[in-house]
Amino acid sequence: MASEPVATTTYTAAEMMIIAASRSLRNDDICFVGIGAPSAACNLARLTHAPDITLIYESGTIGTKPDILPLSIGDPELCETAITTVSVPEMFQYWLQGGRISVGFLGGAQIDRFSNINSTVIGDYAHPTVRLPGAGGAPEIASCCQQIYVIMRQNRRSFVPQVDFITSFGHGTGGDARQRLGLRTAGPSLIVTDLCLMRPDSESKELIVVAIHPGVTREQIMEATGWPIRFADHVEQTPPPTDGELTILRELQTRTAQAHSDEKRDHS
Amino acid sequence: MTAFLSLPEAIAQYVHDGDTVALEGFTHLISFAAGHEIIRQKKSNLTLVRMTPDLIYDQLIGMGCARKLIFSWGGNPGVGSLHRLRDAVEHSWPRPLELEEHSHAAMAHAYAAGAAGLPCAIFRGYAGSDLVGKHSNIRFIECPFTGERLAAVPAIRPDVGIIHAQRADRKGNILIEGIVGVQKEVVLAATLAVVTVEEITDELHAPSPNAVVLPYWTVSAVVLAPEGARPSYAHGYYGRDNAFYTAWDTIARDRESFLSWMREHVLGDRK
Repeated sequence: MASEPVATTTYTAAEMMIIAASRSLRNDDICFVGIGAPSAACNLARLTHAPDITLIYESGTIGTKPDILPLSIGDPELCETAITTVSVPEMFQYWLQGGRISVGFLGGAQIDRFSNINSTVIGDYAHPTVRLPGAGGAPEIASCCQQIYVIMRQNRRSFVPQVDFITSFGHGTGGDARQRLGLRTAGPSLIVTDLCLMRPDSESKELIVVAIHPGVTREQIMEATGWPIRFADHVEQTPPPTDGELTILRELQTRTAQAHSDEKRDHS
Repeated sequence: MTAFLSLPEAIAQYVHDGDTVALEGFTHLISFAAGHEIIRQKKSNLTLVRMTPDLIYDQLIGMGCARKLIFSWGGNPGVGSLHRLRDAVEHSWPRPLELEEHSHAAMAHAYAAGAAGLPCAIFRGYAGSDLVGKHSNIRFIECPFTGERLAAVPAIRPDVGIIHAQRADRKGNILIEGIVGVQKEVVLAATLAVVTVEEITDELHAPSPNAVVLPYWTVSAVVLAPEGARPSYAHGYYGRDNAFYTAWDTIARDRESFLSWMREHVLGDRK
C-alpha cells in the first residue's frame, strides 16, 4: 500500500469510509454481507487486494461475485454469479450457525458505546416514535460470526450512549458480558465511520477511536458522538485512498447506477 | 389430486377470514398476484406470516386485511421504510396491527420445524437481544446432553402457504429455482398450499436430479399466473422492477395516494 500513489483527485467521506472498510478485509475472509456500504466494501476488496474473498448474502448466495452492487439481497445477479445458492434455512443453519463466517457486517439506526445495535424501534417498543425494519438476520449474525464489522455514518443521532432497543448484542454493558451470555465469538471488533475507525477497548469493550481519517479533527469526532468518546493512546491516521482504490470503487458505483437506472440512494 | 384453478377460485377456496397465511418469498418468487387477489376478495382478520414483508404486505396491511403480522424484517429493500406498515404500527391505521417479531434465524428454523412436523425449532439464537420477552413465542431450553442454553420458537404451520414458482407440470409437480428462500418449507409446513406459477409444461424438465422440486401431492392448488411476481421477479423469466420499488416509497407515503393507487391498479384491474 505504501508504494501506491495517493489519489490526486478529491474524494468524499463516504468513499474514505468504504475504502477503509475494504482494507480491513483479508483474502481468506468468508464474509456475511449486507446491502449498502458492506456490499461496496466487500466487492471493492474482491476487486482489489482480496480476489479470493468469499461473499455470502443471507438470501442463500455463496461465493457471489456481482459486477454491480445489488439493490437488495434478492437481486438476481447475486444468484447468477454465486458458486451455489442454498435455501434460507440451510444458510442460517449450516453456514451462519455452523460457525463458518469469519466476518459479519451489521448496521442500524443506532449504535452505542458498547457497540450494541438497534434496527427495531426509536422510542418505546409498544408505542414507537419510529418503527424501524426490524432484526432480520442481525441477532444471529452478531452471535455466530467470528467477528463483526460495522460501517455507519457518524453523527449524534446514530452514535448514542445507549441504544433504545438492543436488536443485536455487541458487548452489552461491557467487560465480559459476551462470555457471561455464553457467546464464544468476538462480537464487534471494528467500527468504520466516515470520520474514523473505532475498536472496543480490550478490557472495558467501550469503543475507542484508533484511527482518524485525513482532514478530520478530534473535535469533529467528539461532536458526532453522543457520549464522551475516548481516543487510543496512539491514534493512527487512516491512509488516504489511492488512485487505484478510488478508480475501482467509482467504476463499480457507476456501473451500479447505470444498471439500476435509478437515482443512487445512500442508505449507509 | 392437485387442483388447477384460476387465481380467483384458488383464493376464494383456500383463504378464509381469520386464517394464518404465509405468502412467502425471501426477496424472490413473491406472489404479488395472490396478494392482490386476497385484497380484491376483501379477506380480513388474517394473521400474515412473512420473513421479509415488502410491498405486497404493505398493500395487504394498508388495505386492512391483516390483524397480526409475524415477521423478521419489514422494509422496502434498498429503498427504506414500508410506510403502510409503519402507519399501522405507529397510528393503528387502517386498524391496529399486532406484531409477533422474530429474527430471520428463528423464522427460518421455525418453517423447517413446521415442514418436519415438529412442534418447535431449537437453535442458537437471540442471545442478548431485546426481542426476547416481547411475546411468549421466544423461549430458552437446555440441551439435554450438553446443558447448552438454546433458543426455542414454535414451529410455523400456516393454514395456507402461498408461493410463486417457475413452473409446474401437468400433474402439479413444482420446480423452484434461484433464490429458493423458504418456498419449499412453507409448502410443506402449511395445511393447504397454493402455488402460482409462470408456466405449466407437459414435463417439468428439472435441470438436475437435485433441483428443488415439490411433488404434486404436497400442493393443494396450482394457479397459472404469468408475471405473477411482478414487480418482484422470477429467476429465468423477468427481472426485478427496482424503479417501482423506489416509486412505491412516494406512492405509499401518504394514505390518500396509497388508496388511490390501489383503487386504480389493484381493485379496478381484473387479471
